[in-house]
Amino acid sequence: MTTMFSGASNLAAGVDRAFIFIFAISFIFTIGIVVAMIYILIRFSRKRNKNPQQFSGNVPLEIIWTVVPLILVLFMFYYGWVAFAPMRKVPKNSMEVKVIGRMWSWSFDYGNGKISPDLVLPLDKNVKLNLFSEDVNHGFFVPAFRVKEDVIPGYKNYMWFQPIAKGSYDIYCTEYCGLAHSSMLAKVVVVDSLEFKTWLADLKVVSNDHPGMAVLKANACITCHSLDGTKVIGPSFKGLFGAKRNVLTDQGEKEVVADADYIKRSILDPNAEVVKGYNKGLMQSYKDVLKAEDIDKIVDYFKKSSEQK
Amino acid sequence: MNNQVSAEPLNYLNHKTGLWSWLTATDHKRIGLLYLYAISTFFLTAAVLGLLMKIEKSSIGPTIMTAQTYNALFTLHGIIMIFIVVIPGLAAVFGNICLPIMIGAKDVAFPKLNLFSFYVYITGACLGLYSQFANGHSPDAGWTFYVPYSAEVNSNIILALLAAFTLGFASILTGLNFIVTIHRMRAPGMTWFRMPLFPWSLYATAWIQLLATPVVGITLLMVVAERTLHVGFFDPKLGGDPVLYQHLFWIYSHPAVYVMILPAMGVVTEIFPTFSQKPVFGYLPIVFSSLAIALVGYFVWGHHMFTSGMSYESRWFFSFITFLVAIPSAIKVFNWLSTMYGGSVDLQPPLLYAISFIFLFTIGGFTGLTLGAVATDIQVHNTDFVVAHFHYIIFGGMGFGFFAAMHYWYPKIYGRMYHIKWAKIAWGFLFTGFNVLYFPMFIMGIQGMPRRYYDYDPKFQLGQTISSVGAVIMFIGLIAMIVNLVYHVRRGAKAPANPWHGVTLEWQIPSPPPHENFDEIPVITREPYVFDNPYTKEK
Repeated sequence: MTTMFSGASNLAAGVDRAFIFIFAISFIFTIGIVVAMIYILIRFSRKRNKNPQQFSGNVPLEIIWTVVPLILVLFMFYYGWVAFAPMRKVPKNSMEVKVIGRMWSWSFDYGNGKISPDLVLPLDKNVKLNLFSEDVNHGFFVPAFRVKEDVIPGYKNYMWFQPIAKGSYDIYCTEYCGLAHSSMLAKVVVVDSLEFKTWLADLKVVSNDHPGMAVLKANACITCHSLDGTKVIGPSFKGLFGAKRNVLTDQGEKEVVADADYIKRSILDPNAEVVKGYNKGLMQSYKDVLKAEDIDKIVDYFKKSSEQK
Repeated sequence: MNNQVSAEPLNYLNHKTGLWSWLTATDHKRIGLLYLYAISTFFLTAAVLGLLMKIEKSSIGPTIMTAQTYNALFTLHGIIMIFIVVIPGLAAVFGNICLPIMIGAKDVAFPKLNLFSFYVYITGACLGLYSQFANGHSPDAGWTFYVPYSAEVNSNIILALLAAFTLGFASILTGLNFIVTIHRMRAPGMTWFRMPLFPWSLYATAWIQLLATPVVGITLLMVVAERTLHVGFFDPKLGGDPVLYQHLFWIYSHPAVYVMILPAMGVVTEIFPTFSQKPVFGYLPIVFSSLAIALVGYFVWGHHMFTSGMSYESRWFFSFITFLVAIPSAIKVFNWLSTMYGGSVDLQPPLLYAISFIFLFTIGGFTGLTLGAVATDIQVHNTDFVVAHFHYIIFGGMGFGFFAAMHYWYPKIYGRMYHIKWAKIAWGFLFTGFNVLYFPMFIMGIQGMPRRYYDYDPKFQLGQTISSVGAVIMFIGLIAMIVNLVYHVRRGAKAPANPWHGVTLEWQIPSPPPHENFDEIPVITREPYVFDNPYTKEK
């Protein structure tokens, strides 16, 4: 279930308690201020009251409305702090997952060779997420879990929680990271621990996709490069292999044929030759991300898909 | 133009004529108007950008623009609104026009420096816009220019910071000018505690401008050193710390929030007594709460960074201080309400805007408490909740404060009166549209709708559409208000010297005021808000 306000982690209850406390007090005071204001505007309107009183202060009142709000906000601070404190104390037995954020996709590394585009987690087990950025600042946010922490290059930021309800929950990027910031999405999928164990142990990619396609999907290449010819952030993959492309290089414009070598160059040094009509600097090199054999798989996929036509 | 003009007594508007006399004006009122026209132009531009963003978001997927354009729009909207409109805003316009008159001076302490500040401001504003388009880039780093993103995709970050610093420098000069003016040029007999409260709020503001702005300069130098000498301050590739940049950015930009809100508080503090014909309730508490806000406001910047990976201790510490800064604001709200209590309240347009200020600022303030508590902030940080919150504070506070000031001092500035009923109708649209636009964003934010999102999940569709409708309603109100004000500058009915029966000094001189305000400097013998014989009184 992913209803909007239901909390699905062990931390949610404390956060929600702080929300309710702060909202309740805010609500009472806002209503009080509005009612008082409307009362004053009517009761002391110029029509009703032509003789304004001339008092200009009252020390006991000033003290009351300084001290009472002070006490109330200190309570708000306390509730906010009490719900926050456990977020920083990671239990020792937590399972660790490395969260990798890059423009503009997430991937989750379980440390056993399993890398997944969605965060699959076992129910009722503590999990610590180590947040790692490959490029710029991102923000890892799971509204249903009431957790959020920025993913900053060079920083060892982390978070932990325990999922307490099975289901699928949204992950958003909350630190502005450029063009496709609003498409940097993923899911947390909470399953039984048995189901999780099977999933985790299965290192084969179960899919009918061509192996190259699997690589493209796993690295979210298709977020920016469409398969159906739509212009997204980068040029579409449709009919790529063997096609002629006008590219801009440092030396100026030239025409190249999209052969195996071009595709490899585009993956390893994407900004050297940018297809005309697209922006430079949006894609990072995948030199350290993709293995040579994965790149070969990609090239093979493009080749095969052009032969099918 | 016609015989009537020459028949009018000489005032600051007609004592010299021609464009050149305006561009070289040292009269504080003329400089205030120069700022008013420049700032209004920028405001309207950025408001249109905001409207376009809201139209884009009225439906899922591309509506009228691409993601690239959307990102450019929120970047420009933020930069123009924050750095060019709201930070200088009230102090530069109404501070300039009213401060010297309200303290019984002929001008500010350094009139030529005042004119120079205006040109520094214009230079900074142009540089700010240029920085976003220079070298063939389109703006897309957001108004906070967080590194490393801002440095990777847009090498213009140095220009952008230079612009922020130039604009800040104009603020420093204006602040310095005001501080000296208030210290040295108060009329004889006007002790510190006989000074009206708008000047007091400008005084507190001026100190923030003077002390906080240099931090932008320091940041600029560090970025320049990093880009040219490759000293790693912020860039993780050079061993720098991206969060250090955020600290420096907010050390300036958070106090800047108080630079914009304090003068707005000052404006409404003038309006309540006049339209109630009753002294300000709690003069001293209001003075000291302004000073407290200015002081404590320096130490809360970390609440922008609760999810940045700051240490556990800094997170609760900044949260704690943030709650303390809420108190002086609360004190002010209670004092304003008590000022009206027992008065003879006349709901004229300036007061309508002032009570809207209380309402919107209260909502903005309370949602600020949600953001000040660490646990709840973690949920709503960088969501639409934050966007709604700061629009309630900045637009509902500073913006409505500015409109209140505009409607309050308009007859003084131009010697003409706008159409009262029209002003009230425009207010109705603005106020309704404002709440329809921003309130749904609180709810969507709690549900998890992140900010700066070009597109969104279908579950946010209803809220987004309502919000877009609000934007249109608000824009209609805005246009109606501007048309009313602009149209009546020349065609409005002649305004008397004291149309609202105010008691501060600006109402004791003709409308529009003469070039040097006072023929004879007044001698002050008592508190600023004494209504010994309210004109409403039944005889």
